[in-house]
Amino acid sequence: MTDTIVAAPITRRQQIVQAPIRHRGRRRVVDATMTGILAAVMIACVAVLLWVLGYVASIGLQFLGPEFLTQTPPGNPADAGGGFVNGIIGSVEIVGIATAIAVPLGMSAAVLIVEYGGRLARWVSFLTDVLVGVPTIVTGAFVYAIWVTQFGFSGLAGAVALALVMLPLVIRSTAEMLRLVPAELREASLALGVTKARTITSIVLPTARTGVITGVMLAVARAMGETAPLLLTALGNDLFTEVNPTHRMSTLSLQIFGSAITGYKAAQARAWAGALTLIAIVLIATIVARLASRRTFTSGR
Amino acid sequence: MTTPEPTNVPVKIRTVVTERAPSDISGLENETIDAALPGRTGSRVEIRDLSAFYGSHLAVTGVNLIVEPTEVTALIGPSGCGKSTVLRCVNGMHLNTPTGRVQGQVLIDDINILGKGVDPVLVRRNVGMVFQRPNPFPTMSIYDNVVAGLRLGRRGRRTSEYDDIVEVSLTRAGLWPEVKDRLKAAGSSLSGGQQQRLCIARALAVEPRVLLMDEPCSALDPISTLVIEDLIAELKASYTIIIVTHNMQQAARVSDTTAFLTVPGLGQAGALVEIGPTSRIFSNPNEKATEDYITGKVG
Ligand SMILES: Nc1ncnc2c1ncn2[C@@H]1O[C@H](COP(=O)(O)OP(=O)(O)OP(=O)(O)O)[C@@H](O)[C@H]1O
Ligand SMILES: [Mg+2]
Repeated sequence: MTDTIVAAPITRRQQIVQAPIRHRGRRRVVDATMTGILAAVMIACVAVLLWVLGYVASIGLQFLGPEFLTQTPPGNPADAGGGFVNGIIGSVEIVGIATAIAVPLGMSAAVLIVEYGGRLARWVSFLTDVLVGVPTIVTGAFVYAIWVTQFGFSGLAGAVALALVMLPLVIRSTAEMLRLVPAELREASLALGVTKARTITSIVLPTARTGVITGVMLAVARAMGETAPLLLTALGNDLFTEVNPTHRMSTLSLQIFGSAITGYKAAQARAWAGALTLIAIVLIATIVARLASRRTFTSGR
Repeated sequence: MTTPEPTNVPVKIRTVVTERAPSDISGLENETIDAALPGRTGSRVEIRDLSAFYGSHLAVTGVNLIVEPTEVTALIGPSGCGKSTVLRCVNGMHLNTPTGRVQGQVLIDDINILGKGVDPVLVRRNVGMVFQRPNPFPTMSIYDNVVAGLRLGRRGRRTSEYDDIVEVSLTRAGLWPEVKDRLKAAGSSLSGGQQQRLCIARALAVEPRVLLMDEPCSALDPISTLVIEDLIAELKASYTIIIVTHNMQQAARVSDTTAFLTVPGLGQAGALVEIGPTSRIFSNPNEKATEDYITGKVG
């Protein structure tokens, strides 16, 4: 019986009061739709990431063993077994040297751009933008022309090439993080009678620390995977383990590339294991950097 | 208001205010520490014909005022009249803004700190500043925030003295009882009012002679405001204080002298309208503009 009741005419006042309620249904729908779309996009992104990781891991793990981490590749690439220890050492060493070159230089350049400004800073900023756009094979060719033709192939030449790849990334990310530091903190420090240089080293950089480290780690990860600039500089060396960076060296990326393009199943298997190792090294480095950048308040009573 | 990043100022090295003997705080271990530093007073501040520019824009002009040591001067006036700009000229911070320029003089103990050859770092060692928004250093503990000026400014204090300095400064800022058990906690873990008192403690730890406060209570509740007003009353024996405030009652309560600035017309530069003893400014101002502002008719 209740469904026969006719609603009383709605007054203007009731309209206003009920307005939000009338739209509530539509809002719910919009809310649910947008949430659904965003969730789907997120799932898609994470899924691709997990797919890549899972795929590499599933194949790489079949061939990854203690042998892989302790031996050099077999003389005949068609043979099974052997490992990439020389490439692991080469990658860590070359990227380590490249980081040691690129981080101090890049951070100084970012400080110049953000904290000091002026004509020189504008030039550095411009050159950074140019350097970002240079294809890495060109960077390799450049280092080949000015370095390798004089001193020959070496891990050091590879490190210089990688440093050139990392430099603009470090400058840009660091500059971005420095810009996020509130001007009030700088003023608070200056107002205490602290010099500008000390304000930068003790207030601005520590405040930006977490973001700067993230940026550096992205650059390190990028350098770890770079192959093109190393082809013309570090060249590669699969015969024995080389630790002297003034000689030609292998890296994981070079070995993955070299093994993957052979037709041999055994070599391709090593390439998969190498790819997994590369991901693991980057992951470990990132975690270590994260832990190291944890805020601590050490001094005090 | 935007506060652009500081840049280098082309003025360098010369001692501005004669170095004073470090005050003796060793006898202050007991619980009740007086905010005043016995046997010392603030500096005399004199502003002569000051005009401040941002690029070609004249922000404030024709400011003349004298602040005697041990006095509190309040700057009042409508938003945008240049109160903060004047304040920032007194510690040379205005010259740190990329486009900041000044004409005129700011004399601290008869030395023109806006003159050529004056090292802004030395000026700021003697002129402390508390900002409108609390800005403790986020990467530092409460303890480190208080001694930041000593540590980073290389003020020649031994690390063994820091514990005492931290306790004295926090006590003078009225924050000690609340934080004495958590000195290692992050400075940013405090409430807004506590953070502001931490910033005051930080400014007091380097023992400036002049203390500039730019609306120090605007982000605070009435109780924290009263704490800081009481503090100002105690500090004025040892520090010259210039305070900017939008709160008339506060200006009336804490200051001895009040200066009223205003913008005479749209697009014009801010200017000093009237300065005088606070009691007279609030009871019997000479200028109509002052009276209108104080009684709430404008601004
Ligand atoms: N960084 C800046 N760049 C350019 N102009 C500025 C800058 N800071 C302030 N101004 C201008 O200078 C004038 C005075 O500003 P100031 O901040 O001194 O005002 P105020 O009296 O402190 O105002 P409020 O009470 O709102 O804090 C304003 O017209 C403002 O637009
Ligand atoms: Mg202001």
